[in-house]
Amino acid sequence: MSKPLLADLAMALASGQVRVIDLTNTLSPDFPVIVLPPEFGQCAPFRMEKLSRYDENGPAWYWNNISMNEHTGTHFDAPAHWVTGKDLPSNTVDAIPAQDFVAPAVVIDISAEAAADADFVLTRDFLEQWETAYGTIPPGHWIALRTDWYKRVGTAAYLNLLEDGAHSPGPDAGAVEFLVHDRNCVGLAVETVGTDAGQASRFNPPLPAHSILHGNGRFGLQCLTNLDQLPTFGAIIVACPLKIEGGSGSPLRVIALVEGKAA
Amino acid sequence: MTDPLTPPRRKDPLVTTHLGHVSPALRSRAATAMAARAGQGRFVLQVCDDCAQATYPPRDRCPFCWGALHWQDQPNGAVIAAQTTIRSSIDLFFKDHLPWRIGTARLDAGPMATVHLHGDVGRGDRVRMELKLDRAGNPALFAMPEKETPHMADDPQLRVFTADPKYRRILVTDGRSATGQAVAEALLKAGAKTVFLGNADPLMRYPGQDRIEAVDGIEPVRLSLTDTRSIEALAGQLGGRVDIVVNTVGFTRQGGVGFGGNLNNLQSGLDLEVTGLMRLAQGFAPALSARSDDGDNAAAALVDIASIHGLTGRAGFAGSSATAAARLSLIASLRGEMAQTGIRVISVLTGPVDDGWHQNVPPPKTTAAQIARAVVTALQQGQETICADEVAKDVLARWQDDPILTIREENK
Repeated sequence: MSKPLLADLAMALASGQVRVIDLTNTLSPDFPVIVLPPEFGQCAPFRMEKLSRYDENGPAWYWNNISMNEHTGTHFDAPAHWVTGKDLPSNTVDAIPAQDFVAPAVVIDISAEAAADADFVLTRDFLEQWETAYGTIPPGHWIALRTDWYKRVGTAAYLNLLEDGAHSPGPDAGAVEFLVHDRNCVGLAVETVGTDAGQASRFNPPLPAHSILHGNGRFGLQCLTNLDQLPTFGAIIVACPLKIEGGSGSPLRVIALVEGKAA
Repeated sequence: MTDPLTPPRRKDPLVTTHLGHVSPALRSRAATAMAARAGQGRFVLQVCDDCAQATYPPRDRCPFCWGALHWQDQPNGAVIAAQTTIRSSIDLFFKDHLPWRIGTARLDAGPMATVHLHGDVGRGDRVRMELKLDRAGNPALFAMPEKETPHMADDPQLRVFTADPKYRRILVTDGRSATGQAVAEALLKAGAKTVFLGNADPLMRYPGQDRIEAVDGIEPVRLSLTDTRSIEALAGQLGGRVDIVVNTVGFTRQGGVGFGGNLNNLQSGLDLEVTGLMRLAQGFAPALSARSDDGDNAAAALVDIASIHGLTGRAGFAGSSATAAARLSLIASLRGEMAQTGIRVISVLTGPVDDGWHQNVPPPKTTAAQIARAVVTALQQGQETICADEVAKDVLARWQDDPILTIREENK
């Protein structure tokens, strides 16, 4: 009889040999949400109203009512979020098999490119060269795009919304097609406010990450933090969206399991 | 001649804050009716249906012939027949404002009346009567110089009845809009010392930002009326330093009720304008109330700008009108609460505002400059209700004349 795998993991967690990295930004009223042109419906920011805090409305207990969009803060995009995924089976957060919420990740570091050019576009060429250097992207992985964009949270440079639109890095259609069809990724995990580049509504086809990922039943994770703490290979991402009936996405706590003691 | 107001000195931290007492509030229904008209800046007296004589003070029947009385706008001239100075009083409010000058005025409209006197008027003078509200919201006749005198608005007795922006520190809740920016600048021009200019999203640029934030006297502050904690944080910082609050937030979207309405827009509007108003009041009303008689820059007023269509509803803007209705209702309740503490609560009523959300509405529309002017006028005059433009005036006049008809007209 083989040794139980989970027992090994449990021991590694207990000893600190496997560490848990928090990839989640704090949900607060100040955390920016995606801004659409004013004539469209707007993403609600996080809001919190105190119900009681050991006071006349509840002498021994503290709790709040909260409100937000499904896509506020660190959040998960289900295939139904995009029109291309509207007819897929199990395309909403309540219907996605729980098995899909735990998956390994490969981290592609484009932080230097993004620092040099906020509009850096990830292409298939770039990915193929990356594979030459680091190895083939295995199937069934989250593609975690490290941009260090999370370091801009709290500044206007995070959304980077100028008069000609937002400026933030993201993939083109070729890169997403490659990741979905040739590398069978679980989804794209990013630090920016959306899986697509800031200028991607001008790409052809527009918004390729949303369009191609969700059209093929893949997921998005946005507004992540700390991707710079993950190894290129070997991290496991745990990302369980709230089980919202018919939900297109959900704010969530995203964690990663990584091997090795903290430095 | 009135001594010009000097910039208020910084408060001595060892001196107890002077509590804002208000004059006795118990008045007849007739006096309350006079107050309602005073709040609109009108000069009215009761006139008898039968003998056509004007009468003062407010009564239930004509003192000459027992006929029924109705309110009528009157000529506002008068001559001061007698004057005196009160040097002692057991009333908590007047006790703190002695000496206090009053007189007897022969009103051009007929009656003799006991009136408050501006410092520049005395016995025998022709005066211009104004119907004012006192700190508690009661009607009072105030004799002003017939012609403008130097620093007339600085008269200490007059300032008890007004909320003049001069040397005051004012919070304007939304500086991201053209309206908020126009209001802020108009207040500074009217002598405000500082305008704290709210910005709900400091990380997001807005039109006119560089210009308005460079204006002397503007201090940008983070404030989102949909975020309770941001209000609590700002009230914690500024509550004791803000003398006037002007709420310029607005969320207007086109749409009907059963057709073309958008629930998210309605919710957003209600959260910002209605729940937001209550958040704002809960954050700032207590500190304003505690400082309603705190020297020359005592806290004085809370101003709210809302659509006149809150009174009637409006076809094509159903949700926004419903929001305005709720806003006007909260303001009416707040006015009653604040009258007990000596803070004036002012409604500035607008027609369709000339902004990006009323592009389909044909002129005339209310401009930011008109709203700004109305805010300053209402504060300087101590009014409770003011219309920013002719559209608002027209709707208000029709509504006062026949509310049910006006509701029908505006929802066709």
